[in-house]
Amino acid sequence: METLMAMTIGALIGSAVYLMLAGNLMRFIFGLVLISNAANLTIFVAGRLTEGAPPLIPEGADTLAGTAANALPQALVLTAIVIGFGLFAFGIVLVFRAWTTLGTLEPDEMRLAEPPEARS
Amino acid sequence: MSWLLSLPIAIPFATAILAFLLRDARAGRWISVAGSAVLLLAAVLLMRATWAEGVIAGQMGGWPAPYGITLVADLLSAVMVLITAIIALAVAVYALADIDARMEHLGYHALFNVLIAGVVGAFLTGDLFNLYVWFEVMLIASFGLLVLGGRPEQIDGGVKYVALNLVSTILFLTGIGLLYGMTGTLNMADLSSAVDGVDQGLLTVVAMLFMIAFGVKAALFPLFFWLPASYHTPAFAVSAVFAGLLTKVGVYALIRMFTLVFDHDTGFTHQILLWVAGLTMVTGVLGAAAQSDMRKILSFHIVSQIGYMILGLALLTPLALVGAVFYLVHHIVVKANLFLIAGVAQRLTGSTELSRMGGLYKSAPLLAVLFLIPAFSLAGFPPLSGFWAKFLLVKAALQAESWVIAAVALIVGLLTIYSMTKIWAAAFWAPHPDGIAPSLSRLAPRARAALLAPVAVLAAVTIAIGLAPEPFVQFAEAAAAQILDPSAYVTAVLGGRE
Repeated sequence: METLMAMTIGALIGSAVYLMLAGNLMRFIFGLVLISNAANLTIFVAGRLTEGAPPLIPEGADTLAGTAANALPQALVLTAIVIGFGLFAFGIVLVFRAWTTLGTLEPDEMRLAEPPEARS
Repeated sequence: MSWLLSLPIAIPFATAILAFLLRDARAGRWISVAGSAVLLLAAVLLMRATWAEGVIAGQMGGWPAPYGITLVADLLSAVMVLITAIIALAVAVYALADIDARMEHLGYHALFNVLIAGVVGAFLTGDLFNLYVWFEVMLIASFGLLVLGGRPEQIDGGVKYVALNLVSTILFLTGIGLLYGMTGTLNMADLSSAVDGVDQGLLTVVAMLFMIAFGVKAALFPLFFWLPASYHTPAFAVSAVFAGLLTKVGVYALIRMFTLVFDHDTGFTHQILLWVAGLTMVTGVLGAAAQSDMRKILSFHIVSQIGYMILGLALLTPLALVGAVFYLVHHIVVKANLFLIAGVAQRLTGSTELSRMGGLYKSAPLLAVLFLIPAFSLAGFPPLSGFWAKFLLVKAALQAESWVIAAVALIVGLLTIYSMTKIWAAAFWAPHPDGIAPSLSRLAPRARAALLAPVAVLAAVTIAIGLAPEPFVQFAEAAAAQILDPSAYVTAVLGGRE
């Protein structure tokens, strides 16, 4: 299961990097969504993967009987998803605003803040 | 003691809510000033307590460490909170005149206070995931502040700022996930010993993830491009608080993590930091030399100055860390002040483009004097604060027999004078191209007071540090001792637990 997850994460990061380097802001945002999901999956896997083993302590015992997935990373992932959602919402609105104000989605053409040197 | 730790975070949040509700009333801006003043008081109390009692730790919600979320203040955290509060108050007063009603309606004061809360939270937290959350709080507020007003340059700069910072955030998150997978804890004090038991090679890989993530935030050498692309675009009050505080949170996080947790292979990690420090100094100062806009020059100088602080961390000797702490405090005051002065200069001359400025020395000598103090301090003239900061770091480099980096630090200091002279010659010395006399009487009396009072106070702080460096150096020595020997930090957080 870990191997499969590792390959998934690798594929996600690979596609994300490709999209982010494509030189278009919309693709960059999509790439960012993918890579953030890859990061979340990494945390998820770091907390151990088990199938059908709820982390419940049986009555009368003080500790878990078998191994179960650690619930803390899952809580961290939830937090990260919520924060990521907010950031991406802002990012998408910003990209839209860049499209309406600057008229382009190519970062290479956005030179208002850093105008190229006038060539003599 | 726990309330002392949570107050500096709760105050800006409460201020933000009030300021948002009253954003269309005149009271909104005064709430921001009052909130910052109360924050300053809380920061002073925290400082006094940390100075008297050593490291203070509090567990939120009563869960004992390492299970709950810990807030912890050692001397470094306390002084960073204090300096944040000073800058917050200065910028809040400056904003009375600098921020117009339209930006207030859009929620400037609320965003500003949320930003301060995020910065303070990052300085006080003792939990790695909590640090990530504070980074996000800070980031989302800074996104809003950066593009508030919506001028095309702001959107342009904002896109680059947002894109690079989001990537760094994701690297940080990945690092946290891997570190938790290896050690099973996220409490920084607990991590300090927990990392001893794991595969050291893998730990170095994770350390590099953190170095890159914090390196983007701190604007280190190959990762700083977002900073000069964006810092000259927003309102002056905003760029001053960004310049003073945001990159320094990255530096703080680097100092914290690379002394407390990632000190297992300093021959590798800190050697990289040393190279990065040198290259950051050089590229920053050369970038500044090529610019012709006052705020862009100052932005590149942030990058170059960050190199000095990282130099202190990279050498990792007691004296070097003293220098780094001293530099951090001195730099925040000086840099925020220079951006505030750039704002006043822009109001008087109508531009920050050096070729469109001039005549300030003749018509506004007071502003000229106020500019010279932080500018000379930045370049390291005795007897101003920057001289002592550079002196400590160069001395530390010589003691560590790192001759090359000491030479680099000195040369970069000289080149800094070149940039400051360029601003001085064009904006202050030369006559204004349109022949106007940009005197301070062009400002309304109340605006003049609100703009100049913070500048004068921050300049006074610079002079005070410069003329009486002894107590500040002693303080930095105590802070550096705590950083180098984290046992007091660990004991305060975890209790006597082994």
